[in-house]
Amino acid sequence: MMTFNFDDEKPIYIQLAEGIEDAVLSGAFPEETQIPSTTEISVGYKINPATALKGVNLLVENGVLYKKRGVGMFVATGAVEKIREKRKQAFFDAYVKALVLEAQKLKITKEDVIGMIEKGFLK
Amino acid sequence: MSTIKLDNVTKCFGQTKALDGVSVVFEENKIYGLLGRNGAGKSTLLNVISNRLFPTSGEVTIDGIRVFENDYALSKIFCMSDKNLYPDTMKVKEIFEITKLYYPEFDMNYAQKLSHDFGLNINKKIKGLSTGYNSIYKIILALSSGAPIVFFDEPVLGLDANHRELFYKALIDKYSEKPATYVISTHLIEEASDIIERVVILKEGKLILDEDTETVLAGGYAVSGPATAVDEFCKGKELLGQDVLGGLKTAYIKGKIRAEELPENLELSKPDLQKLFIQLTN
Repeated sequence: MMTFNFDDEKPIYIQLAEGIEDAVLSGAFPEETQIPSTTEISVGYKINPATALKGVNLLVENGVLYKKRGVGMFVATGAVEKIREKRKQAFFDAYVKALVLEAQKLKITKEDVIGMIEKGFLK
Repeated sequence: MSTIKLDNVTKCFGQTKALDGVSVVFEENKIYGLLGRNGAGKSTLLNVISNRLFPTSGEVTIDGIRVFENDYALSKIFCMSDKNLYPDTMKVKEIFEITKLYYPEFDMNYAQKLSHDFGLNINKKIKGLSTGYNSIYKIILALSSGAPIVFFDEPVLGLDANHRELFYKALIDKYSEKPATYVISTHLIEEASDIIERVVILKEGKLILDEDTETVLAGGYAVSGPATAVDEFCKGKELLGQDVLGGLKTAYIKGKIRAEELPENLELSKPDLQKLFIQLTN
């Protein structure tokens, strides 16, 4: 099931959308399968139903989910690829920029950072 | 429809102004958090709306109809509070039956199901209930009432963590099935903050905030670092409050701050609703 903490700094509906995306990426919600209803999500995570709906609608707009009238919400075909592509773009902003900033604060050289990254890949 | 409107409402108790010119609208089918420190006027506000107290001046209307001694308006509100309104020799199930007389939409099956979920014995007399179960039977009345407007005044008083969780889940479940206007007044802000769609904060009888929870959270920032650098950065910005620890300072600022404009020696973070509340009401 989705696991995410709501202590993050982002608005909850965005955290919820990312949590569902993570579940799609991990295979917990495979493509063309039904995901929990917004009521189940809001009860399960104790969040306002309007917030849950907003998060789910965001993914419908992005083409990750689609609605089947009277049935529920499904993961779209190609959703995994779509999410990966989007996440790659966000990767630079979220991780690389932050990494460089912290390295500069700690006075770690560019060469050392690259060495550390290489070491990270060995594990 | 069930929109509550307060227009410049003041309530005095002798010299004390418990409510001071409060104008606010509670829109239909939203979950509100009514927050304030002890004595801020939260219960007075709920009591004025539900006609348990008369305002000294100003007007309260529901769908444009004055609530003052008006049965139509009052039949739309269920007000749960820590007060016991029934003789304490009555049994819980008798109170369910009485409530059904006043609220025809009262769902007896649901009340019995919730009682079972909470482990409440409905054959018990009120005076035999613990503090927690005293809150629980009133929570059950409120959730089963079928009223389009429900007030919860400190609903989780004396409830253990499991029962609080059960309450929040039951509330969302009920709200999803049959939307109503819920106004929750609580001191346990953190655990309710994800449920609340809009926040109303009272301070010393005055309305100081009435905004969507998301907007409130998006509009507050905390900047921390060496005190002198924080002070320098905060110049010309709207300051909500600050915490000082030796040479370190955290300032709470209203408005948007971009990470790029922050000097290198300062850290930016997002305070949660409870932290913002403390800064706003200090």
